[in-house]
Amino acid sequence: MSIDATEFLQASVRTAAPLALAAYGELIAERAGVINLALEGAMISGAFGALVGAGFGGIGAGFAVAVLAGFAASLVMAVVVLWLRADAVIAGTAVTLLALGLTGTLYRALYGAQGAALSVPTLAPVVVPGLSRIPILGRALFEQSVVAYALYGIAAVLWWFLKRTHAGLALRATGERPAAARAAGVSPLHVRLLALCFDGAMGGLAGGALVLAQVGTFAEGMSAGRGFIAIAIVVLGRWTPTGVAGAALLFGAASQLQYVFQSLGWSAPYQLFLMLPYALTLLVLAATQRRVMAPASLGLPLSDDAR
Amino acid sequence: MVTVPSRWLPSVIAALLVPLLVWLVLAGGGYDSSKALSALWNGAFGSAYAVLSATLVRATPLLLVGLAVAIAFRAGVLNIGAEGQLLMGAAAATAAGLAVSGLPRLMALSIALLAGGCAGAAWAGLAGWLRVRFGVLEVISTLMLNFIATYVVSWLVRGPLQEPTRIYPQTSELPPAVQLPILVPGYRVHLGFVLAVLLCVAVWSFLAHTAAGFRVRAVGAGRSAAENAGGIRTTRTLLMVFVASGALAGLGGAGEVTGVTFALYEGISPGYGYSAIAVALLARLHPLAVILSALFFGALEAGAAAMQRDANVPSVLAAVIEALVVLGILAIDHTRHRGRSA
Repeated sequence: MSIDATEFLQASVRTAAPLALAAYGELIAERAGVINLALEGAMISGAFGALVGAGFGGIGAGFAVAVLAGFAASLVMAVVVLWLRADAVIAGTAVTLLALGLTGTLYRALYGAQGAALSVPTLAPVVVPGLSRIPILGRALFEQSVVAYALYGIAAVLWWFLKRTHAGLALRATGERPAAARAAGVSPLHVRLLALCFDGAMGGLAGGALVLAQVGTFAEGMSAGRGFIAIAIVVLGRWTPTGVAGAALLFGAASQLQYVFQSLGWSAPYQLFLMLPYALTLLVLAATQRRVMAPASLGLPLSDDAR
Repeated sequence: MVTVPSRWLPSVIAALLVPLLVWLVLAGGGYDSSKALSALWNGAFGSAYAVLSATLVRATPLLLVGLAVAIAFRAGVLNIGAEGQLLMGAAAATAAGLAVSGLPRLMALSIALLAGGCAGAAWAGLAGWLRVRFGVLEVISTLMLNFIATYVVSWLVRGPLQEPTRIYPQTSELPPAVQLPILVPGYRVHLGFVLAVLLCVAVWSFLAHTAAGFRVRAVGAGRSAAENAGGIRTTRTLLMVFVASGALAGLGGAGEVTGVTFALYEGISPGYGYSAIAVALLARLHPLAVILSALFFGALEAGAAAMQRDANVPSVLAAVIEALVVLGILAIDHTRHRGRSA
């Protein structure tokens, strides 16, 4: 039984890692006041970019192209939302639709109608000697790809950035009261632009990680809603870096529970576990919305005096 | 000289640009564009079969979900959960249809459709309740509910509703008593299309001619003004909009299982709930224009399927076009600004 638990925890962290990367991006965008539904589009763009890049120059090039592709998707989003002042929800859905369609079309154009299974090299796990042999938790914590270690590192960096730097303060001010930030000499428009670009790049990175650290190939629509899941993770993590890290791990574990059940021969419907994190997100929102949390300007366009 | 009222100008421009966009994407992808475009046209309008078995069949769910999104957006409710509401509607209609198959046709069909509408309404109503009671943004709640609905369907077709041999992840076929009548013998277009068009007219006349419809429009134009100056109980109006929008999307799902697929399975919607946003925006959120807009996108999707079959062009191209139409309208429209800002 302990082998099952070890594998379960290791797989949970592995699944959580790309989700966390995307969610960190979304966290920054939302702290600046933008709900970026184009994250799903950035993720599929990143996955496709990873395939193309890895074909040219291996894993490093794969990640580089993935980040650029996600960045490009968020740039479209930024133009429509910040410059044309369109509704972010509609624009984000459209950009996601665009990215899903374009990557699907390009994939078939470049790699043939059947989309023959192309495999790309994947990141080898980095094993921490000794520690990885700790029972149960060892492999989950110390035998993972770089992406999983980034899950913890980025949380720490973002925490420091939001709490301890001027730029982090400007970001939070933009998310809470853009007009006040403007009065204090910050340009909310530029902050939101940078935040969106960061979000897209992280989404692209997450899509790249999906291909280069997990699956080893690309399939049409393979992001499969993970960008939207990342948005749920930000909400469940109550808009803080540490909360996001925890929520991502929870989503990762939930998606692996079905395999545990299968291996134990239990017949409980695994869909129940898959839907659990979403239901939990709704519950957390309902229970805490009136108090803390969501940045005050979240989802609202900038008024003229805040631009 | 034909003049187009300025409200419709963005839609007309966007629709006219579509052939150009398709051509550009095809040329960019290195496809044989003339062959592909003729396959697109023939697949959508080329024959009685194309119109009556492809375009109108595709347009039917788009009509209902497009209408659902249009009425929600009209009131400023950002319901992006039409997909989940449609799935719940399809699931409930299937369950009810299988249960009442012994009843006379009219009664059995009505019960199935009603169950679908109610399930969609309840699913959206949940998001509405979370919004008015707890202030949960409907963008997030409807998105979460889409996922939950997907898993509910996945569970139903592998669990309680699975067909008796337990081999395929789908339900038994709905008996003829719960199948919508075919409109033209030999083709696939079903009564659901007519019902959907009638619902568009009904929603239009509700919005344009009733006091409740006025309240919906007022809340959409500005919630605090509606509440303070108009004396409108916005909470009640908002809830009603959520429920109505969900009911329409749920009916869309019910129409699919009773009119097209006759069974519930996981991939029953190829993203109708997301295409609905394009349908509603191209229609400028006008219920009557939704009819034209849904026909337009129905034709596009039918043509894209034919293009994949005959010219080997991936049908996901339709998604690219839908997205570009939405972005195009947002771009052309950007001077008209409404709603709250920070």
